[in-house]
Amino acid sequence: MPKDSSIKHVLIIGSGPIVIGQACEFDYSGSQAARSLREEGIKVTLINSNPATIMTDPVTADHVYLQPLEKKSIVKILNEHPDIDAVLPTMGGQTALNLAIDCEKAGIWKKFGVRMIGVDIDAIDTAENREKFKALMEKIGVDVCKGDTATSFLHGKEIAQEIGFPLIIRASYTLGGAGGAFVEKAEDFEKALMAGLQASPVHEVLIEQSILGWKEYELEVMRDNIGNMIVVCSIENFDPMGIHTGDSITVAPAMTLPDTVYQRMRNHAITMMNSIGNFAGGCNVQFAVSPDNQTIIGIEINPRVSRSSALASKATGYPIAKVAAKLAIGYNLDELKNSITGNTSAFFEPAIDYVIVKIPRWNFDKFKGSDRRLGLSMKAVGEVMGIGRNFQEALQKACQSLEIKRNGLGADGRELKDQARLLHSLANPSWDRLFHVYDAFKLGISFRTIHDLTKIDKWFLRQIEELVHIEAEIEKHTLDSIPKELVDRAKKKGYADRQLAHMLGCLESEIFNKRYHDMGIRRVYKLVDTCAAEFEAQTPYYYSTFGEENESKTSDRKKVVVLGSGPNRVGQGIEFDYSCVHGVLAAKECGYETIMINCNPETVSTDFDISDKLYFEPVFWEHIYEIILQENPIGVIVQLGGQTALKLAEKLHKYGIKIIGTSFDALDLAEDRGRFSTLLKENDVPYPEFGTIHNTDEALELCKRIGFPLLVRPSYVLGGQGMKIVINEQELEEHVVNVLRDIPNNEILLDHFLEGAIEAEADAICDGENVYIIGIMQHIEPAGIHSGDSYAVLPPYNLGDYVMRQIETYTKKIALALRTVGLINIQFAIKNDRVYVIEANPRASRTVPFICKAYQEPYVNYAVKVMLGEKKVTDFDFKPVKNGYAIKEPVFSFHKFPNVNKELGPEMKSTGEAIYFIEDLMDDYFMKIYSERNLYLSR
Amino acid sequence: MEKQKASLLLADGTVFHGTLIGSPGTNGGEICFNTGMTGYQEIYTDPSYTGQIIVTTTSHIGNYGVHNDEVESKAPTIAGIVVNSFSEVYSRLDGHGSLQNYLVEYKITGIADIDTRKLVRHIRSVGAMNAIISSEYEGNLDGLKAELAKIPDMNGLELSSQVCTKETFYFGDENAPKKVACLDFGIKLNILRNLASRGVYCKVFPAKTSLAEMAAWNPDGYFLSNGPGDPAAMPYAVETTKEILATNKPVFGICLGHQILAEACGISTYKMHHGHRGLNHPIKNLLTGKSEITSQNHGFVVNREDVEKSDVVEITHVHLNDNTVAGIRLKNKPAFSVQYHPESSPGPHDSRYLFDDFVTLMHNNS
Repeated sequence: MPKDSSIKHVLIIGSGPIVIGQACEFDYSGSQAARSLREEGIKVTLINSNPATIMTDPVTADHVYLQPLEKKSIVKILNEHPDIDAVLPTMGGQTALNLAIDCEKAGIWKKFGVRMIGVDIDAIDTAENREKFKALMEKIGVDVCKGDTATSFLHGKEIAQEIGFPLIIRASYTLGGAGGAFVEKAEDFEKALMAGLQASPVHEVLIEQSILGWKEYELEVMRDNIGNMIVVCSIENFDPMGIHTGDSITVAPAMTLPDTVYQRMRNHAITMMNSIGNFAGGCNVQFAVSPDNQTIIGIEINPRVSRSSALASKATGYPIAKVAAKLAIGYNLDELKNSITGNTSAFFEPAIDYVIVKIPRWNFDKFKGSDRRLGLSMKAVGEVMGIGRNFQEALQKACQSLEIKRNGLGADGRELKDQARLLHSLANPSWDRLFHVYDAFKLGISFRTIHDLTKIDKWFLRQIEELVHIEAEIEKHTLDSIPKELVDRAKKKGYADRQLAHMLGCLESEIFNKRYHDMGIRRVYKLVDTCAAEFEAQTPYYYSTFGEENESKTSDRKKVVVLGSGPNRVGQGIEFDYSCVHGVLAAKECGYETIMINCNPETVSTDFDISDKLYFEPVFWEHIYEIILQENPIGVIVQLGGQTALKLAEKLHKYGIKIIGTSFDALDLAEDRGRFSTLLKENDVPYPEFGTIHNTDEALELCKRIGFPLLVRPSYVLGGQGMKIVINEQELEEHVVNVLRDIPNNEILLDHFLEGAIEAEADAICDGENVYIIGIMQHIEPAGIHSGDSYAVLPPYNLGDYVMRQIETYTKKIALALRTVGLINIQFAIKNDRVYVIEANPRASRTVPFICKAYQEPYVNYAVKVMLGEKKVTDFDFKPVKNGYAIKEPVFSFHKFPNVNKELGPEMKSTGEAIYFIEDLMDDYFMKIYSERNLYLSR
Repeated sequence: MEKQKASLLLADGTVFHGTLIGSPGTNGGEICFNTGMTGYQEIYTDPSYTGQIIVTTTSHIGNYGVHNDEVESKAPTIAGIVVNSFSEVYSRLDGHGSLQNYLVEYKITGIADIDTRKLVRHIRSVGAMNAIISSEYEGNLDGLKAELAKIPDMNGLELSSQVCTKETFYFGDENAPKKVACLDFGIKLNILRNLASRGVYCKVFPAKTSLAEMAAWNPDGYFLSNGPGDPAAMPYAVETTKEILATNKPVFGICLGHQILAEACGISTYKMHHGHRGLNHPIKNLLTGKSEITSQNHGFVVNREDVEKSDVVEITHVHLNDNTVAGIRLKNKPAFSVQYHPESSPGPHDSRYLFDDFVTLMHNNS
């Protein structure tokens, strides 16, 4: 069926603030869907409360509502746009679906004559209702995990007899899994059942077939209105059943499945999709497969675009959200074209000739006291994807993308050698199990033991074991003796130059020079083309590998590289992707060829149609440098990708690569507390008393001069990691010891803490001569709460003229003194009407997207044009829309970490943010948070 | 352990150096690539690949070893394999051995650790051609070139009579409701499995069997199998098919069988630039309007213009990527055929309904 021409105006619901389990993948899907519908001449209205999204940009939709995701907002939108005739709720995760269902129940859609497209409510209900799902699966002949609840010993025995062994007993209403047991053999069952029933206060146990350790797979499927179906991607979990798929390392395509088993799974997926209802769009189906390949169990089905769809889109190049939107408005798959090749059909299954490995990024360090074991509830805050021509290369590249101070898997001198701890870690997976599998092989723990404890498929374990063997081979050599063949082999398996340098005891640069210049072992770039090179592809989406043919042709246009922000984590999230995307678009407008480098599959910046060339690569020195050698850009933009990109400025500078905008020296000056305070002093800008220390003795000496309370701040950290307010010498010493244990050799700053001060921050664009302040935000909580965790109001709600004038004056002075070219963010503490500068960051800050949205002006676009020297600040006609106030509301994911201290402090803990507009300060919402301000103080 | 080196030489002079896999030796044939990501053992044992060197584009081969039941013929008859990353170890619990041992057992020479993507792009732009793999001519390119020159051109090559069964044999339950005479041009076992599971008793005849011999068994229908080689080089099969059509019994053809059926109706075939080989080929069924993902393996195709001009044949299926003819049926006879592989081993099972259609046709015909 061709496009349904009765649909003229579609409402897309976004996913709201970033929380664990629902991250920026939905910005990717929402913005793709919006673009896809507008391509068809359909008007798009978008609602999302998350300001740091591309989807809520005027470039994406016709009307954007930055409103709370509530029924009230929907009614308001529908009243203002009576011509909206359809709503697409499948692009904004569970949040959007729930809101759409609420509206359905309340009769809102019916009242306004809006129909839901791309979804079937009954299908959602079946997918989410465990009992309905089980019943349906039984009906269509798909096995599910067998299990039942027993309230008596006899009943329990009956259940066990039916489901067989091994099985799991979970006692109801007990804490921490008390009374639960894994029962392998019939003879152990009765005792365990008795214990479970006794442990449960209501004498009730759940007895389930054990599928722990089974292989786990996901299929990403597309379905159209007439039931045409394709599997876009098969994804295999490296971590077997028992760990949430969002917390599992995953690999695509499936590596260990014979065709017979894969096709059985594919058939199940198709039957399941057809049985749950009639809908058009993307769908994710999860399966468990017994290690002997005999049994396939349907775990769950999600009839909407999901985190895995984003991964599958990036893994294959197939634009799932874009196509899903087209299907929702009536197209069939065979009527659409594959946008990668441009001339083959969208009805096909991508064939890939590389391997992708996704590794989740956790942030347990931010949630002290949390249970770090991985299990059924997702805990990761972000993810990275590595692409390679083989599993080992993809795995190493993913490890290099994580930014956890590792240079890849192994060979960096940071391995764990404690046998007992290793064995414990293998059996009790946390974020570092992958590394411990490697360490276990290296320590000589047997293959069998590692397999028994982890249940990871032997093929994957062999791959890691092989890496350990190569490492041993390399270690026999020195830089001079290592043969070319071995370097080539190591590079093909993904080893970084830094890892080789570690093994050979030389410098990274020595390895690089030897292999790149002397041996000619250089990266080549291959295309992600959905078709394994069967057809010519139109889309410039590349990854690096070591092979014979380089498919990336360098043009003679002037180019810039934009460095992305890597995996999402607390303190560095979607805001930076927003800035990167706008940076790319602005540079394009100025006629530059834009080159994006990033490794986060959840992002819009890694969409193949954003930049002129996308290199899906680790934001890791070696990868960036070789792209620069390949492309020869005029420079690199590091200001937009958060700390990840900024951190690379020093090395770029050292290698003589131009940093676009603010120079490395100025970036460094702002980070170097000593030099920065001299600059402040010279410019008559006040700052809190401070000093730097390297050990506890210095700390105890310095505190006498500055006086308590003190703010302890490690250098070069993200989101206030390790920051703490201390009030006496004992606390100070304790904390300094802790910081130096976690971050050895760190230079620690001790600031006098301005107790009870008000915090504010300013963002500005500077061209070196003129400064334009784009916005000043006042925090609601007093100083001491990290700016990312504070409610903040734009513009300030109760700062007097005198204070405002100081903020403006200091912002301009500092921006000019640092010779900023581009964006700068300055944080202030205000006490007794005196303004103190706490820090300055000459880069796009977390708040820039917020201000862009609130004032409806493209500041990142302007700033990038200034950085490129294409425009001066005075060239822009600034016309911010200033109605009332915009409140930035921090959003936390504490529900994932029930045991964590939820008190806020100088270390950031929030995972996302929402925007809330108020007309005046009499607003109830504002009054409420304002009255709670003091409760947040963390002392 | 030092791995043995091997080389791959293409007819246009392009050389790739890699590692030997399988059995040491020298072997050549037409080089083609398959984009499937699973099912290597089924591909290697598919008789339609007889005499061809198969490049698999997927990055890893060998991961799940081999299995005694996952074969499409008694033994692989391919001329060699080319892979990116080869696994000598496998993890499959229910597997029966490693792919390496399997290749050695059947004396197949392969090459690994080469840039297969470069090779595929080369074949894509230059077209299908002959090639040779060897572990015996390292440093002796001229010797290898001489060996390559001995390999016959695929165009005009008749291979079916070599790979087909030499003796007739039966497959399925002899008490099944329907009997089908299968003309074996290089039949895949899964075709027989699919027929048998639908209540069909199959008798498989060598390619050059006469109609009289088949008709003597009194079958309810005829099946024209897949197989290797150029359909234009098989006038004997075309003649037999014409005779079969004259009986008005139901006929079903797959791949080469489809091309033969077309030829029997006066439709010509031609060699494609580099063929269709993979598990992801999009086909639209013009009769139902629905589309299916299919398994394909063909280097020749029937001429679309001829079909469009034909009075006796109509198009039932088209390939969505390049609009080539993927399925035909006769207007006045119970005969139809598809260019792709509904038995799909390996590949998606979307097109299995065609076997049901064939069985229905036989029931309706009786």
